[in-house]
Amino acid sequence: MKQLFWIFISSMLVNNFTLTLFLGLCAFFGISNKIGTAIRMGAADTFVLIMTSFVVWILNRFILGSAPYLQLISFIVTIAALVQIVEMLIKKTSPTLFREMGIYLPLITTNCAILALAIFQTNRAYNLVEGLVFALGAGLGLTLALILMASIREQLELADIPALAKGMGIILIVAGSLSLAFMGFAGLFSS
Amino acid sequence: MKPTMAREDLINPIWKNNPVFVQLLGLCPTLAVTNTLANGIAMGLATFFVLVGSSTLISAFRRFIPNEVRISAYIIIIATFVTIVDYVLAATVPGIHKALGAFIALIVVNCIILGRAEAFAAKNTVWRAALDGVGSGFGFIIVMLMMSGFRELLGNGTLLGYHVLGMHWEPWVFMILPPGGFFTLGMWLLIFGWYRSRKAAGTKPRVWPNRATLKVERSTREEVTV
Repeated sequence: MKQLFWIFISSMLVNNFTLTLFLGLCAFFGISNKIGTAIRMGAADTFVLIMTSFVVWILNRFILGSAPYLQLISFIVTIAALVQIVEMLIKKTSPTLFREMGIYLPLITTNCAILALAIFQTNRAYNLVEGLVFALGAGLGLTLALILMASIREQLELADIPALAKGMGIILIVAGSLSLAFMGFAGLFSS
Repeated sequence: MKPTMAREDLINPIWKNNPVFVQLLGLCPTLAVTNTLANGIAMGLATFFVLVGSSTLISAFRRFIPNEVRISAYIIIIATFVTIVDYVLAATVPGIHKALGAFIALIVVNCIILGRAEAFAAKNTVWRAALDGVGSGFGFIIVMLMMSGFRELLGNGTLLGYHVLGMHWEPWVFMILPPGGFFTLGMWLLIFGWYRSRKAAGTKPRVWPNRATLKVERSTREEVTV
């Protein structure tokens, strides 16, 4: 139980996928301009992460033992299929959300966070429950980073920034400061 | 006419249309594995190989890949090249392979590669696609050098492990930690923005990235531009 708790905290805060491990930055910078969209994107990401964790566990347990060189290809195909399912699901249930997420929805396939989760989970030999907790933590961490960034960017719209720094420059500096703040969590483990 | 076009295919993505600094693609490896120059170079070369290989192969197969499943087909081709790189690096330079860790496998989802495949290789001849791959690969290597050189120099006082700034240099440890990556890239973007607005003095400095184009991209969903 304690082990699970630490896996959760570690993947959500200490090793935050976005701000400390630099995973999933395209979506992080691309879709973090409104809080509402950021939350929904985070939810979609979390869902795909958890599903991936489950499927990857099955793959590792039953199939990949005899063919490790197929690892990468099978992971990415699995993820692509999962994202396709999520995309169809959202398109059917909420066309507005589908329109809002636009290009970034199919791009979850190429979100490094998802593939990285599959690889980390394999390298660390997590069992099913540990893997799912890891995925949930990672997803929540990602969502947290997205929401923080979106809140700041909504304020930035109104702020008086030099014309030069507008756009990506200032956003990267803000992300750097956020990452600096998240480094404070690194102390959690020594206690 | 023809040689000019070929030269543009090669030269354009290196600087004018640089994949990272201008198109803002492939940010994950740019920030994650640029803490030392050696890592940066290894990552740059690995990506270069995958980019050239997959661009060429995708362009060669462009008539046989059905439009509906093209992205999956591209990704499988890319994943094959990445698996090759992964095994070659593990066999030849195990130390660097270990330092890069999961990021070698993550070349598969580097948006630069899929972006070039979709935007260029799928529509052009093998020769042009290969040139474009070489150009984009060089562009990426340059970015990796600029990022990792700067970060290692300030963060450790060294370049490739040699003390450049003298033994008394107090390292800015912060530069090789995660926030340093964000700040370094932000700084380069600011410097280029400043240079651009200087160059275009008299006219209005360009806002970067252009809000209007972002909106257009989001609304034209059927065009999968990565």
